[in-house]
Amino acid sequence: MNAPSRHKWATAGFHLGAGGLSLLWLLPILLVLVTSVRSFDDIAANGLGGLPHSFTLSGFGQAWSDGGQQRALINSLLVTVPCVLVTLALASMAAFALSRYAMPLRRTLLLVMLGGNLLPPQILLIPVNKLTELTGLFDSLTALVLVQIGFGLGFYVFVLHGFMRAIPAEIQQAAVIDGASPVQVFWRIILPLTRPALAALCALSFTWVFNDLLWAITVLRSDAKMPITAALIGLQGQYVSMWNVIAAGSVIAAAPTVIVFLRFQRHFVAGLNLGAVK
Amino acid sequence: MAVLTAGEEHSGSRAAPRTRKRATRVPPVVIAFVLVPLLAEAFWVFWPALQGFYLSLTSWDGVSAPRFVGLGNFQEMLHDATFRTALLDTVLWLVLFGGLSAVLGLGAALLLQQERRGVGFYRAALFLPVVFSLVATALVWQALYQPDGMINRVLGGVGLGGLEHAWLADQDTALYAVIVPALWRQIGYVMVLYIAGLKGIDPVLYEAAKVDGATLWQQFRNVTLPQLRSVNAVVLSVIIIDSLRSFDVVWSLTRGGPYHSSELLSTYMYSTAFQSLRLGYGSALAVVIFVLAFGVIASYLVRAFKEAD
Repeated sequence: MNAPSRHKWATAGFHLGAGGLSLLWLLPILLVLVTSVRSFDDIAANGLGGLPHSFTLSGFGQAWSDGGQQRALINSLLVTVPCVLVTLALASMAAFALSRYAMPLRRTLLLVMLGGNLLPPQILLIPVNKLTELTGLFDSLTALVLVQIGFGLGFYVFVLHGFMRAIPAEIQQAAVIDGASPVQVFWRIILPLTRPALAALCALSFTWVFNDLLWAITVLRSDAKMPITAALIGLQGQYVSMWNVIAAGSVIAAAPTVIVFLRFQRHFVAGLNLGAVK
Repeated sequence: MAVLTAGEEHSGSRAAPRTRKRATRVPPVVIAFVLVPLLAEAFWVFWPALQGFYLSLTSWDGVSAPRFVGLGNFQEMLHDATFRTALLDTVLWLVLFGGLSAVLGLGAALLLQQERRGVGFYRAALFLPVVFSLVATALVWQALYQPDGMINRVLGGVGLGGLEHAWLADQDTALYAVIVPALWRQIGYVMVLYIAGLKGIDPVLYEAAKVDGATLWQQFRNVTLPQLRSVNAVVLSVIIIDSLRSFDVVWSLTRGGPYHSSELLSTYMYSTAFQSLRLGYGSALAVVIFVLAFGVIASYLVRAFKEAD
């Protein structure tokens, strides 16, 4: 066999293997999409694994309004958006101080903060639950936002510190000579230069906070305040075996992070690598 | 004027004495920059963590005052059959979920590492589940596992109807049935880490190996694997920490059942604490999780310590 045709076979083999694998991976997602637009009667008659015989969006309607997914989605966004913004603001401030100034004990502080994030959350659940009761924050979205900020900080400080450390000192020195205050240096120089890392962490932390279940069910009690992950479990209990509604609920719960992923794919993947390999 | 740490590290010996003298003067606002986040973390993490360790030495129902029982909770674990199941399942989870996601993630990375037409789509397909919440993932798979679901249909369709059963309701299969969705979601993540690692390998090494007549397998054994050592360490830490934290997928699929057959330490801890309201014993279970994770945490911090220098 000559070289070009062997190359062609290798390419075909690659696409066959990788394509098959991708199809296998996407199959569960496709199945849920199909199930979410089937009618209940169709599923009851033909089985969950059977071929679809109907098309209706009523499952979405039921999950959205009767199932409380609309409220849950709003709750999730009310928690996620402030949480991501505040965490990144606080983390970049700490990373700036620790990476650009000769703070005493800066290395120890950095590692202590990272260590806090590496702790298994289970050790914190009971005390945090009691702490929110003690401060009167139990069963409020504020509590969830605060807990998520506190627990996430260490990791973001560590990543941003690594990133800011690589910015040449001369840039900052020049600004200081021109009379810039530390806040101006932070806001005008260091933050803009850290934008790639901030974008990456933003995409990453959005999905982490949005997808969280454990903290939500630790500090919240009322159904009306639950974020979308916890509400999805509730939906499963409420609509037992009504798979069109449950599937529609899953689609609603997954949509925001999938949108973020598709829109910011590059940043997202960069974020994972920043967090791990750096 | 405050001194930049980066400058301190890179400037020559001439400037060093001067910087050191000024190093003590950090503007107050910069100190506030680090203190505010530190206090936030101290309030929600360090202080609760200390309490958690203390509570593990108590018996507490959450209403009356905690009663100090020393190591009583840990002694009770020795005779607790559910604890033993949960510990065993956690180890099994670590080995199966961890091992398979590492091996399959590396396999996918090797397959999809080259930049060629269409590879972006394949990567995205494998990666898409990573952004799903584990709860949504769990429900997707719950639909597949139903008695009339896709998996049983396919088994019946290919003549393996004898294997059909209620995967999640069977004590013998529940744990494995829960691992599969967790893997489906984790493999894409591990793949991304490995692709980044593979891209960092100097191509000259492969050229040299080819000149020496190395087969593909020999190249993998003697070039790829050694070069991936630091990524392997990262993947290992991520996997162990993720395994010990795993909660969402089990909780939404089986709650640890049937009859604790898919119970992990994390789910047992949660139900003990918040459903049985045995907060002291739950804290002790959390301490066990911490002790299992400790080696990873320590080695991660040691590595970070070297890098932060």
